[in-house]
Amino acid sequence: MRSRKTRHATVALTLGAVGALVLSACGGGGSSFGGATKSQAAGPAKLTIMIGSSGDAETNAVKAAADAWAKKSGNTAEVIVASDLGQQLGQGFAGGTPPDLFYADASRIGDFAKAGNLFAYGDQVQGENFLPTLVKTFTYDGKLQCAPKDYSTLALVINTAMWTAAGLTDADIPKDWAGLESAAKKLTKGKVTGLVIGNDINRGGAFMKQAGGWVVSDDGKTMTADSPENLAGLQEIQKMMKAGSLKFNTDTSPAAGWGGEAFGKGIGAMTIEGNWIKGALTKDYPNIKAKIVELPAGPAGKGTLMFSNCWGIAAKSAHQAQAVDLVKFLTSVDQQLAFTKAFGPMPSTEAGIAKFKTDYPDDAAFAAGGDYGQGPVNLPGFDPVMAAFNSKLATLGKGGDPKAMLAELQKNGTAAIAAG
Amino acid sequence: MAKRKSNLRGREGIAGWVFTAPMIVILGVFLFVPVVMALWVSMTNWRGNVDPFGGGPNAAFVGAKNYTALFLQDGLARSNFMQSLGNTFFYVLFVVPLQTATSLLLALIVNDRFLRGKSFFRTAFYFPSVTSSIAISTVFLFLFSNTGAVNGFLKILGIDGPQWFSDSRGLFHLFLGLFGADNPGWAQGEIFGRSLWDWLSGPSVAMCVIIILAVWTTTGTFMLMFLAALQDLPVEVDEAAMLDGVSPWQKLRLVTIPMLKPALFLVTTLGLIGTWQVFDQIYVMGKGAPAGTTMTPAFLSYTTSFRSNGWGSGAAMAFVVFLIIVLLTWWQRHIMRDDKTPGRLRRAFGAANLMRSHRGTGKTP
Repeated sequence: MRSRKTRHATVALTLGAVGALVLSACGGGGSSFGGATKSQAAGPAKLTIMIGSSGDAETNAVKAAADAWAKKSGNTAEVIVASDLGQQLGQGFAGGTPPDLFYADASRIGDFAKAGNLFAYGDQVQGENFLPTLVKTFTYDGKLQCAPKDYSTLALVINTAMWTAAGLTDADIPKDWAGLESAAKKLTKGKVTGLVIGNDINRGGAFMKQAGGWVVSDDGKTMTADSPENLAGLQEIQKMMKAGSLKFNTDTSPAAGWGGEAFGKGIGAMTIEGNWIKGALTKDYPNIKAKIVELPAGPAGKGTLMFSNCWGIAAKSAHQAQAVDLVKFLTSVDQQLAFTKAFGPMPSTEAGIAKFKTDYPDDAAFAAGGDYGQGPVNLPGFDPVMAAFNSKLATLGKGGDPKAMLAELQKNGTAAIAAG
Repeated sequence: MAKRKSNLRGREGIAGWVFTAPMIVILGVFLFVPVVMALWVSMTNWRGNVDPFGGGPNAAFVGAKNYTALFLQDGLARSNFMQSLGNTFFYVLFVVPLQTATSLLLALIVNDRFLRGKSFFRTAFYFPSVTSSIAISTVFLFLFSNTGAVNGFLKILGIDGPQWFSDSRGLFHLFLGLFGADNPGWAQGEIFGRSLWDWLSGPSVAMCVIIILAVWTTTGTFMLMFLAALQDLPVEVDEAAMLDGVSPWQKLRLVTIPMLKPALFLVTTLGLIGTWQVFDQIYVMGKGAPAGTTMTPAFLSYTTSFRSNGWGSGAAMAFVVFLIIVLLTWWQRHIMRDDKTPGRLRRAFGAANLMRSHRGTGKTP
């Protein structure tokens, strides 16, 4: 009798344990995965804004703007600072509870749009008059996916003390590649290298653009990586490396984390960086006096790179209408200039940038780049392609073959476009 | 009689289940069920935006397509994966023997009867294993930077140290280069889309830093395992060996190491499993740079899934690595097992010979 009871009890306990396992595995999952978007019918909306902040200045500026809008519209907006924006956004999308509004980098637009994570509201913000180059950067599949929030461009940053010490004047400011070569050569002495730049396409790509080439065609449908223009751009970098007047930040002694660090520590007399260098110099290297000029023109004219984020609205957001309203507030001229004052990037609207040019004449070089700047590649599936190219590009100073690098980029990119 | 016995066993059985049930539930929910889910994801084209178990075009079942893309389809996924496999293969080849040998050596030293301050040395050697791997990796970043302590020390010896973290040249390439071989004709054949010359590159200079880091960090844990096994060895066998007049090196080779077989097996297995899963150090020290020579499958799986939203491909990579580890462990177990003895700790010094000679006569030792 008792043995049968204990046997039954054992079986019951086993089944109970297995049942608990199955229930706990299946139970939680089903409800949170979203079906159709339910938009909130009434009452104040609670929006979440996820940002990848460059520091306290940016966080406080965004929080202030969110609070101002909240007071005006009667909703609430909570700002979440992500420690790893890409990863946290990925988690949000996969889990079905993404933030309503978030920073979306131009290079990720294709990936997000293809995966169906974005609500393309570009048609609702046509009246804001964004810069045409920015609109092009954030257009995927013929639609403007999100509103550009600001932008930065690359310019040539010159250490004025080293410049005058080398006997150079304003007339020597490089206007073309030959001028750049001679200026960098004159500035290279002892441990100082004339020009120190970052070791990936986000700096070297400027040379490719100046030579008249780029990674993809304008419509984003064909790869143009393996072209003589791109080769000319990379060969120019290699030529200056052989002359000793140009180094990547990883090849200097001591190695620097980025071009700005090499510039600030006096390892490089010039560097190619964007608007963010001003904040970095003020904070970390206040003793360095810098002059900012436009990048020299190459054989095909002026060329620079543009970096921008936009205000992405999640497709699964329950408050899309309120989010669009918030974006319109955040891209107004006054609000964008407040951001500029706080942490430096340039406004993305025509009206905004016009006011920027009058308020900040020292940054004229950065602002001018907005007319001819090239945004990053925004096609889906290009992250590993560009990562592979960047890791090869970093070996350019150690005998890397630019023709092979571009051929590989062409091959991988064509495969990615075909798959996407 | 029988009923009472089964009652006792029945009660003990229930108690056993009650005690293990929480662990079974936790392991099941957080380990087993996610692994099964990941297996499912590896057979879909899920891009991370909808429910992966709900079907539909964004989570469609594609069978073994993710796996064949890693091995048979010419493209970036395959070349990245093959490069990561090659890198990790050399990493394992260097780390596992080095850490096993070093930890055994340290254990032998610390076990020495005449060593003073044993507990100090035990703590000192074990300390790196306890420290956070991220913290150590960051310190190594400074140590091995272009003008760091290591290069400074090499300069004192008159050697111009390499740029550790931006040097992507493989060790074997450098060695073969001494004999004038540089991408020779005989190494042009392709295995899975990667030339034989690339497969023979050896760990890059940057990977060597990570190898040094791994050996330094893990020797402590394995030293403890060897120490425990050494202290378990019967003293009589040692004394018998000394009486027979063997040299210390012979004693080590013929007596101690054969008796340490179970510990050796444990250390090598753990070493194999741990080295194939290396991630933290790669994340901190380069994320695959330079030129993809520190890329490992675990890190590639992470970037493919979280950066490129290619969750199916990332999960497939993880399962391929799982299979590799299982195969390697099985192979290692196969070569280390001993057919001749009945499973128990083998007594060296003629015990095997004794048994061989007695088997014919039917007597047991």
